[in-house]
Amino acid sequence: MTTMATNDTTTSSTITEGPRGWAPSVPTPEDPLKWGDNFPTAAARTLRNTQMRRNLGHATRTIRDKRAMRVAEMPDWEQLRLAGSAIKNRAMSHLPELLEQMEANVIARGGHVHWASTGEEACRIAHSIAALKGATEVVKVKSMVSQEIGLNEYFAERGINAWETDLAEMIVQLSEDMPSHIVVPAIHRNRSEVRAIFKARMEDAPEDLSDEPPVLTAAARAHLRKKFLSAKVAISGANMMIAESGTLVVVESEGNGRMCLTVPETLVSIVGIEKIVPTYQDFEVIAQLLPRSATGERMNPYTSLWTGVTPGDGPQEFHLILLDNGRSKVLADPIGRQALHCIRCGSCMNVCPVYEHVGGHAYQSVYPGPIGAILTPQLRGAFDHHDPAASLPFASSLCNACFDACPMRINIPDVLVELRHRAVEAQRGGIPSFWDVAMKAASVPMSKGSRMGMAGKVLPLARVMAGPGQRFVNLPWPATAWSATRDVPAPPGQTFRAWMAERDKTGSAPSGRGASGRGGACGCCGQGGK
Amino acid sequence: MRIALFATCIGDTMFPQAPMATVHLLERLGHEVVFPDSQGCCAQMHVNTGYFPEAIPLVKNHVKTFEPVLDGEWDAIVVPSGSCTGSLRHQQEMVAKAQGMPGMARRAALIAEHTFDLSELLVDLMGITDVGAYFPHRVTYHPTCHSLRIARVGDKPRRLLQAVEAIDLVDLPEAESCCGFGGTFSVKNHETSSAMLTDKMANVLSTKAEILTAGDYSCLMHIAGGLSRARAGVRAMHLAEILAGTRDEPWEAPTTTTRLGA
Repeated sequence: MTTMATNDTTTSSTITEGPRGWAPSVPTPEDPLKWGDNFPTAAARTLRNTQMRRNLGHATRTIRDKRAMRVAEMPDWEQLRLAGSAIKNRAMSHLPELLEQMEANVIARGGHVHWASTGEEACRIAHSIAALKGATEVVKVKSMVSQEIGLNEYFAERGINAWETDLAEMIVQLSEDMPSHIVVPAIHRNRSEVRAIFKARMEDAPEDLSDEPPVLTAAARAHLRKKFLSAKVAISGANMMIAESGTLVVVESEGNGRMCLTVPETLVSIVGIEKIVPTYQDFEVIAQLLPRSATGERMNPYTSLWTGVTPGDGPQEFHLILLDNGRSKVLADPIGRQALHCIRCGSCMNVCPVYEHVGGHAYQSVYPGPIGAILTPQLRGAFDHHDPAASLPFASSLCNACFDACPMRINIPDVLVELRHRAVEAQRGGIPSFWDVAMKAASVPMSKGSRMGMAGKVLPLARVMAGPGQRFVNLPWPATAWSATRDVPAPPGQTFRAWMAERDKTGSAPSGRGASGRGGACGCCGQGGK
Repeated sequence: MRIALFATCIGDTMFPQAPMATVHLLERLGHEVVFPDSQGCCAQMHVNTGYFPEAIPLVKNHVKTFEPVLDGEWDAIVVPSGSCTGSLRHQQEMVAKAQGMPGMARRAALIAEHTFDLSELLVDLMGITDVGAYFPHRVTYHPTCHSLRIARVGDKPRRLLQAVEAIDLVDLPEAESCCGFGGTFSVKNHETSSAMLTDKMANVLSTKAEILTAGDYSCLMHIAGGLSRARAGVRAMHLAEILAGTRDEPWEAPTTTTRLGA
């Protein structure tokens, strides 16, 4: 099905290729959690993909507007967010007990439960179940966790085709690409590219396929129908697990997931351990937050819940694989653990200006965007500069839009700053970087007024250097990174501090306005106040 | 009122026109402005870049300098920057706690309770939206991320601008999206930052405004730096500069200051 390739030169060469009307963006990586370059390098590459930027800008703006409209009509949105956050806080503090409760309830209702500490282990368990059933093909419900562990590739190497049935995920799979968004995986494609992909890669695509969305979806529907009816095994993830009853939940828009959850005889659900909530009532809160945040819908079209097995209805064999893959390590972190509250709605991506410009592939991980920037390095334990994932916490302007959009109130900016702190600390002791020197040096004048005042003696020099235009257009490294696209004004002839001092001395400001002065409190001592 | 001014490091050394206009405006409204001159920087750059230990001397200095507000020395502390206001309210406490200094964290938080962005001081504390300013120009306002989402100044700057006589205030499309500055982000991720800036500039130019204003000189430095490179003919002015002038006495920054744009 897919070929294994990790070479980044392939990435850059395929971006420029495009006679077929589309080009694969990213080859299937060896580690789907983090591959390739550090963020600035990968972002510089994806920024040049103008078609992707157009597609992404249009799509994120549309979802953003829809979400804002649906959130605005909720009088209790902020209370719901607080409730959601409290539910997850509680669930994470009682994770072991809840998982055991979940296990007992699944078994009591005729299911099987497996525990996987790594992605490889989860793949092995899922594969052995499918192989035991003699399956050569399995159908899949869209699942981020299966992307995280590289399940499709694992199956393909062992002779089983795993077919994605979510429309967007199917487009990504057909084009041998990686998802660019966690909810809208093909967000970087437009409909003309989708038509070209279908024509090139879908064996039963109609001859006269147009790029009209209804025509494209009808072709996908016919293609998928055959898969649903022939597959004996289905693989799913879950949006939530409800511990009190051993129930799993999948929310989706197309109904293809429900086909997978009801038609095949065997169902294997691989779920991250953090996806658990204690009760049905908790599910109710999150079910209100999720669709509005994800796609700007009041309610998603399909919400499927399944509990164990029911004779004569749905899958007759049900396996739940509980996946850790670094999660318990994240849970042990008092600040970073918030990342486990994520319900994978993608709203942080849709509001993030960085994501909007560079796209999901720049993050070089199946979890892109702001949540990916805090989740990926933590799951991988990557805090030092040798690991490209350590560059992800810096991939944000800290504009805070992600925190405001997050339905679970994950304070992504604070976690980003904490992870930056850890990246800096992980590097201490070696040869100091430019930033180490600069930050240390800046700390000295900036922490004392009298030393700040010295700046006033240096500034006139810089003013002379700036020349008659009074602006710098070409600064030395590393400020070149700034002056490549932005002018820098010459510093003023007089600092504010000096202006204030002069004003106090003369009783009037150099600009000539009457002034009451700064008063007696600190005019005498330079220490501020008395 | 007796108000202590925190001029911010960038306001002190690069754009003194913002704190100058703040002093001028507040004095015109009949208040006394005090400049505690041991002040330095709020530490935002160090914290946001991950240099927590290096941020501590800055926080310590800020706390020491502005502690007299707790004894009633001043009625309030004013900051002509939403971003630094946000940093004082949120990050000083956070970083002091993270570095195991709960006492300093508590003092920083207490001082922050008396600290206001200029627009908050005028609207919330003084209860005025019409400061009697006159500014006959076409202006567009960029709300800046940290003013909006950390300091939470809301629509106060807009209300102040709307009340200015003769102003032609035009909406900035996609006003709430980031300009791409983000402190060291603009250097560490300069390609992405420049792409974000380009979109912000396109939106500013679409308004046909003569002047771009904001409550934060760092974002203005970024956007106006790009506009200046493009020779776009749009000037950047701090909110305080627009509010400072009246019909009889137009505000003009001293010639020793420099302005980006045009």
